[in-house]
Amino acid sequence: MSKIILQVEGLRTYFFTRRGVVKAVDGVSFYVHEGETFGIVGESGCGKTVTGLSILRLLPEPAGKIVGGKIILDGTDLLELSKNEMREYRGSMISMILQDPMTSLNPVYTIGDQIAESVRLHQGVRDEMVKEKVISALRLLQIPSPETILGEYPFQMSGGMRQRVVGAISMSCYPRLLIADEPTTALDATIQAQYLALFKEVQRETNVAIIFITHDFGVVASICHRVGVMYAGKIVETATTRELFNNPKHPYTTALINSVPRLDQKDDRLYSIEGQPPSLIDLPPGCRFSPRCSLAREYCHEQEPPEVEISDGHTVSCWRRD
Amino acid sequence: MVTSTEVESKQYRGITRWGRIVKNLGMILPVGVLSLLIICAIFADVIAPFPYDETSLPERRVPPAWVEGGSTKHFLGTDTLGRDVLSRAVYGARVSLSVSLLAIAITASVGTVLGIISGYTGGRVDAFIMRITDMAMSFPPLLLAILIAVSLGPGFFTVIFALSILGWSGYARIIRGEALRIRNSDFIAQAQVIGVSPWRIMLRHIFPNIQNVLIIGVTLSVGSMILAESAMSYLGIGIPPPMPSWGSMVADGRNDLDRAWWISAFPGIAIGLVVMSGNFLGDWIRDKTDPRLRQL
Repeated sequence: MSKIILQVEGLRTYFFTRRGVVKAVDGVSFYVHEGETFGIVGESGCGKTVTGLSILRLLPEPAGKIVGGKIILDGTDLLELSKNEMREYRGSMISMILQDPMTSLNPVYTIGDQIAESVRLHQGVRDEMVKEKVISALRLLQIPSPETILGEYPFQMSGGMRQRVVGAISMSCYPRLLIADEPTTALDATIQAQYLALFKEVQRETNVAIIFITHDFGVVASICHRVGVMYAGKIVETATTRELFNNPKHPYTTALINSVPRLDQKDDRLYSIEGQPPSLIDLPPGCRFSPRCSLAREYCHEQEPPEVEISDGHTVSCWRRD
Repeated sequence: MVTSTEVESKQYRGITRWGRIVKNLGMILPVGVLSLLIICAIFADVIAPFPYDETSLPERRVPPAWVEGGSTKHFLGTDTLGRDVLSRAVYGARVSLSVSLLAIAITASVGTVLGIISGYTGGRVDAFIMRITDMAMSFPPLLLAILIAVSLGPGFFTVIFALSILGWSGYARIIRGEALRIRNSDFIAQAQVIGVSPWRIMLRHIFPNIQNVLIIGVTLSVGSMILAESAMSYLGIGIPPPMPSWGSMVADGRNDLDRAWWISAFPGIAIGLVVMSGNFLGDWIRDKTDPRLRQL
């Protein structure tokens, strides 16, 4: 396997609010190889997006703070960089694609200008060279007739095309790591499939490592090499995509996979998990999933299960993993 | 393929040229009035038939040309010292317009810069700037203007200073609100993600997106600035005589309103015209660009 580009160790990101400390990310560890896509799956509010923003150190201030852990990108701990050094890293080493393409572009600038901003900022090139780089970024995202697109404004383009442009901005400096935060949720199904295929191709060409944040198991199955399942601020199970689908160990993973509607089975009712995810301010003692878990025993409510590697690359945090 | 501009031009073909002119009267009239007055201000030396300070005691209180006893020599009549009202009004345009436009430029710039910093940075910086803004807004402007004029002595820059010292607060408030709204949009997050610095985000990403609000604010404040300048001149704390300003001309004529109404009336009409033009033009721009801003 190729080299590990990003290693996150025991990351803890808390939000200090009036109602209490929100433990949005509470001890998350994972790694991503070069040229690999790592998926982070979980329901809304489980801390997926905050994990992504923490890696970029772009948490909403002053409430959000990274209180512990390490984020090692290619040998450098991002948490030890100064603000200015971190800003240099953004765009050039790590980049992110946000959820909604409709609003991710500045309405007053042309597409060319917006991509050029990132190129000028990080590559120190001028004039004609900038245009060349911008066009090559547009080509990378397979945007048709890039020379004409350059002069167009965001409102002139379709949603799918805008999302590609956002991708082109993010990839214009060939970062080593790309964080994609549900980039397909705002797109319709056919465009979604195209976009995912495009991701794979961009990755093949640039060998970029991708962290793909999503709640959609269909998307996970089609693009991710490995997956981490997140629940209430923790990754409860990590495995390769195939292993996770064939051999889920954590009851939450099983429940999530079961709650995806299937075409080959005739069920009257869609399976759903009982109860609500816990409040991140007031977490239950023991295993976080225990109040909703059908397999839970008494000790599950008392002690938090450790993360155990049960086979090569498959880790799970559950007392009842067998 | 039919583009949207083609569709528009097809729709336009149905409307006659006159229809289009009437539709845009709200823009054409104020722009006409304002450009006329700006031309007067710039070329006052050429346009005015007499110097603004040339007195002629035999020709005191000559009425306008179309009133009995008037002459075409002094088209709008003369004042109590026999100075030509038309010439003084033309020169008055120079003072009134330059003072208020400069004051607007200063207040709008200061207010915009503070508003953007406040809205984008948030936190303590925001709280600090906004408290100062509150203080500026709670002060009676005319009282402070009088204080400043008395302590610094009247003069061109004193008037501008007095008009500017509080005037920025309105801009700061409105611009901060806009900056706050734009700060939370995804394209700002996108800019942060690719490593754009905060100053650059404010300049390149926030400022262009508040321009329409700023333009509307500026045009709408032309009227109030002219009024404020006139009020100061009327009270005798404006530009010192004999340099005419519309406000001081109104003040000059106030004792003769019963026998020589024209001394006050014409500069008064000029003030009214500018104020109305500014407001109409501001309304027109606002309705054209962003009808959501009706409450401004």
